[in-house]
Amino acid sequence: MLIIAISAIVLSILAIIFAFLIFFIDKKFKVEENPKIDEVQELLPGVNCGACGYPGCRGFAEAIINKNSLENLFCPVGGNETMKKISNLLGLEIEEKLPQIAVIRCNGSITNAPPKVKYEGIKNCSFANLLFIGESGCPYGCLKLGDCVRACLFDAIYLDKDTGLPKVVEEKCTACGACVKACPRNIIELRNKGPKNRRIYVSCVNKEKGVIAKKNCNVACIGCGRCVKVCSFNAIKLENNLAYIDYNLCRLCRKCVEVCPTGAIIEVNFPPKKSNLIQADEQINTTL
Amino acid sequence: MIKIKTFKRGGIHPDDKKLTKEVPIEEFPIPDKVYIPLTQNLGAPPEPIVKKGDFVKTGQLIAEAKSFVSANVHSSVTGIVEKIDEHIDVSGYRKLTIIINAEKTDNWVEDIDTSNNIVREIKIKNKSEIINKIREKGIVGMGGATFPTHVKLSIPEGKKCDYLIINGVECEPYLTSDHRLMLEKGEEILIGAKILMLALDVNTCYIGIENNKPDAINHLLELSKNYEGIIIQPLKLKYPQGAEKQLIYAITGREVPSGGLPIDVGCIVQNVGTTYAVYEAVQKNKPLIYRIVTVSGEGFIGKNFLVRIGTPIKLLINSVIGDQNYNFTSIISGGPMMGKALISTEVPVTKGTSGILLFKDYKEQKLYPCIKCAKCVMVCPMGLMPSLLEKLIANERIEEAHKNNVLDCIECGCCEYTCPSFRPLLEYIRLGKNKVLQMLKSKKN
Repeated sequence: MLIIAISAIVLSILAIIFAFLIFFIDKKFKVEENPKIDEVQELLPGVNCGACGYPGCRGFAEAIINKNSLENLFCPVGGNETMKKISNLLGLEIEEKLPQIAVIRCNGSITNAPPKVKYEGIKNCSFANLLFIGESGCPYGCLKLGDCVRACLFDAIYLDKDTGLPKVVEEKCTACGACVKACPRNIIELRNKGPKNRRIYVSCVNKEKGVIAKKNCNVACIGCGRCVKVCSFNAIKLENNLAYIDYNLCRLCRKCVEVCPTGAIIEVNFPPKKSNLIQADEQINTTL
Repeated sequence: MIKIKTFKRGGIHPDDKKLTKEVPIEEFPIPDKVYIPLTQNLGAPPEPIVKKGDFVKTGQLIAEAKSFVSANVHSSVTGIVEKIDEHIDVSGYRKLTIIINAEKTDNWVEDIDTSNNIVREIKIKNKSEIINKIREKGIVGMGGATFPTHVKLSIPEGKKCDYLIINGVECEPYLTSDHRLMLEKGEEILIGAKILMLALDVNTCYIGIENNKPDAINHLLELSKNYEGIIIQPLKLKYPQGAEKQLIYAITGREVPSGGLPIDVGCIVQNVGTTYAVYEAVQKNKPLIYRIVTVSGEGFIGKNFLVRIGTPIKLLINSVIGDQNYNFTSIISGGPMMGKALISTEVPVTKGTSGILLFKDYKEQKLYPCIKCAKCVMVCPMGLMPSLLEKLIANERIEEAHKNNVLDCIECGCCEYTCPSFRPLLEYIRLGKNKVLQMLKSKKN
């Protein structure tokens, strides 16, 4: 009985001493922090992806408060909505940005660019890129080993089983840019999502001469320049045998898609064309 | 009785399989077309000085080195330059290559001595003149690393070279090009070693040979009686005995510090192939346009060829396996331990191609988890921990990998060879080395 009493008393005294100690230290060594940092952090998505260029959401919130402006600060994951909330809270002006999405600019699937050799090394694009040209023989094409899939924090990229190529899930992609950094061949680009998610882009980054590019891949950009001629908005540039569509200038007229001889220009989320529908109808009629 | 030496740490004993060691060197006929890549050395590539349609003689300079760490390239045939275009190299990437349509007979550049006589009296005695000659004739390390020889011979100020070591170890299985060279051109190698000794101003030269080549050891021992200062040193059969740092330790007992060069411990190592090329350059004025290539592999004996630089390897393969119905699954350029699998047979022979090996029936090994048996740690000749490095690099902890001296790895492949779980240790370490170098580069900027 006595032992229990003694231990209870000793422990209580210790507890009281430590409580005072903690109280004292908390008062004495308190870190003065702007309470607004916490408020801003509350509004942020909290995934700590680093897409804003700061170490995690806390770092971003600190940067906003320290600079006291929203210039060049943008959270691509939260998008305009989050930024508006922050601007309302702090009374700062924001520059609105169009929503973006990661686009994989290679269409060298197993069928379009058939593999010539078999790679048996580790499943890592950076290593394969150091080691050799790639199974298909295209020095610019996708290696299909999934560095971008592993880099994605949002589970928004997966390797398609039929084509072997990575595929972006539109609903999940936040345009944080982790895959862009992870790709050793700079295939992935952040492009504007476009009105109604409609986009047109050149799905090739091969800078070789047309003949060589075509030898390894059926859907390579051969640098013929037809799309440049047909474009009425000067949105397409041809450099080093490669066409590039500027998404800020493109008006989604789809003329370039029609003239591309290899099918390297890809349209996404467009309804099927009327002429195509008629053709399909005719085909059905003839078969019937 | 000469003591047999070896290095202390790690090492493995792969089956040496020297199938072609009895096969004499055979001169390979001139091909119809040669593909001479500009990038045949470590460092900057030289710039072409010929253009399409030019007539070139055998031994003529066709690409000139513009910077110090670079090597000249010479034409290996007589003929007309078809074009200067991109052609695939060992890694499959397309690099600038000079393509020459070859004539059947050679028309040598006038001042080259093409006779087979051995020139015993050294023609150039001056140190810097020898190095200049070596630079002019485009000689690079023929062991596989293709580091320009004149750079290696130019000792930085304040450092002194005590020993010249000639590397005749050839510890890779299958390869016999250096072995045959020592047997057939033994005296030339000794003269080449004498020239290198003059260039480096040293009095002692060791020639290290693994003791699975007793014929070469005896042959050179016999010849070396007439050459003062050259000592033949037999070495224990152990891989990687021929790695520069291991060879220095085995012969001199000196250890190259981490991140250091052999010259830091007063040694310079040259391959026997390089030594022979030095002899040819200084005594006969011949540029580096030939090299000896072993073509061997699983299921056939193979041959040792004296090949002109730029010959497509498919010609070599065809001439060895001929009409036989031989379905190989992989072609390796270099030795089986450190060589590189090729993606095409269009690749030409370059200054660094020591062998072409064919293998069939490759079985993909299933990966098992690391069981922490530490076999890789035991065999690592550099005293690293490959199992730890693999995990660090796979998890992108590059700075920690750097702290664990990943850059000291010599990529010999012992760890991967010995791993009972078939872990891809070396592949991760190679990736890690690259990432560490990138990191250091970005930190510098």
